[in-house]
Amino acid sequence: MRDQRLWTWHLAAGAIILVLLGLHMIIMHLDVLVGIFNPGSPHPTDWVNVVARAKAGFFTFSYIVLLGAALFHGLYGFRNILFELGPGAELKKALNVVLTLGGLGLFAFGTWAAWAAGALARTL
Amino acid sequence: MTTPDTVTYRLRRYDPASGQPPAWEDITIPVTPGMTVLDGLKVIKETASPTLAWRSSCRMGVCGSCGMFINGRPQLACNTQIKELGTPVVTVAPLPNFRIIRDLVPDLRPMFDAHAALMPHIIRDDMTEVFEPTGEFLQTPEELEHFLQFTYCIKCGCCMSACPTMATDPAYSGPMPLAQAHRYNADSRDGGFGSRRRVLATEKGPWKCHYAGECSQVCPKGVDPARAIQLMKRQLVFDYLKLFKHPCPSKVAPKPTEIKRREGVPEAPAPTL
Repeated sequence: MRDQRLWTWHLAAGAIILVLLGLHMIIMHLDVLVGIFNPGSPHPTDWVNVVARAKAGFFTFSYIVLLGAALFHGLYGFRNILFELGPGAELKKALNVVLTLGGLGLFAFGTWAAWAAGALARTL
Repeated sequence: MTTPDTVTYRLRRYDPASGQPPAWEDITIPVTPGMTVLDGLKVIKETASPTLAWRSSCRMGVCGSCGMFINGRPQLACNTQIKELGTPVVTVAPLPNFRIIRDLVPDLRPMFDAHAALMPHIIRDDMTEVFEPTGEFLQTPEELEHFLQFTYCIKCGCCMSACPTMATDPAYSGPMPLAQAHRYNADSRDGGFGSRRRVLATEKGPWKCHYAGECSQVCPKGVDPARAIQLMKRQLVFDYLKLFKHPCPSKVAPKPTEIKRREGVPEAPAPTL
């Protein structure tokens, strides 16, 4: 049952990445056409716009969700590639532990970074 | 295309009793129009190499015994004409992704074990009706279309030998068993999805399929196992999300009572089993 569950979450993470990465592309690369979330100037990478987005709770939330989705999606795919190399049962268990702990560690670090950036922006 | 009068068979030979690793052997034989790769093997056995071993039976692409790796492609030897290959050398090896028993004979037991583990038969609550039928299970032509093409599978193993995942992952069930599991999951007379899910939801299930599609490309019967695997994935994802409505197995149609036999039509013989 675990593979059915992991595969379903893999698809869900892919859908989340599609939406949030699409949002990123619209904001950062279609700014001339769309021009959303750029309150200070027309250029999305101007300091004033970066700070404005960092202050917004929605963006902090979206960064964390995108990070979680990308980590799960990528690490699950990487796990599948490693498992196709035919490791033994013990090595499979070890890989599961390493990838899970590695993913959780990266997620915790990224979440802290996104949260700290928002907190710093709010002091400016 | 020129039609050569002779063709050279490059055969993969292996005899486990000899203790030698597999090796190639070249044998040249005359070719006649319409001659199949299987016919050529028989000529070789009769005239040049009586110890050559392979598996074959029906000679008409029905039994699925003579699956071989012919010119780098899994094909049925009885269904492949030498002149259609268009090469002066015909390379014949046992199907890849299987252990070799001898010469061109692969060990298909892992495939049939995986096939049996997925319960490729009708499963219902009323199994007495299956073994001692009182009528026919109702099924519309539309319901039949959901699984009909997958019933054409002859279990030759060509799809298994073309599958890139099978080449590396021994846990993967493979295209044939998975397509046959879907064949029954999609059958409106069947109620065994829950039983098969116990295997399908694990690493033996369809999750490792990369959708390379080679299984469907090489199938000699035109079955599309890659499609079956993708449909099965969708079914299992919907099942996990509680969005899959488990269909009730179709009901039994009572035997008609008011129909009279036409004159001259004899009674069916008594069942022998």
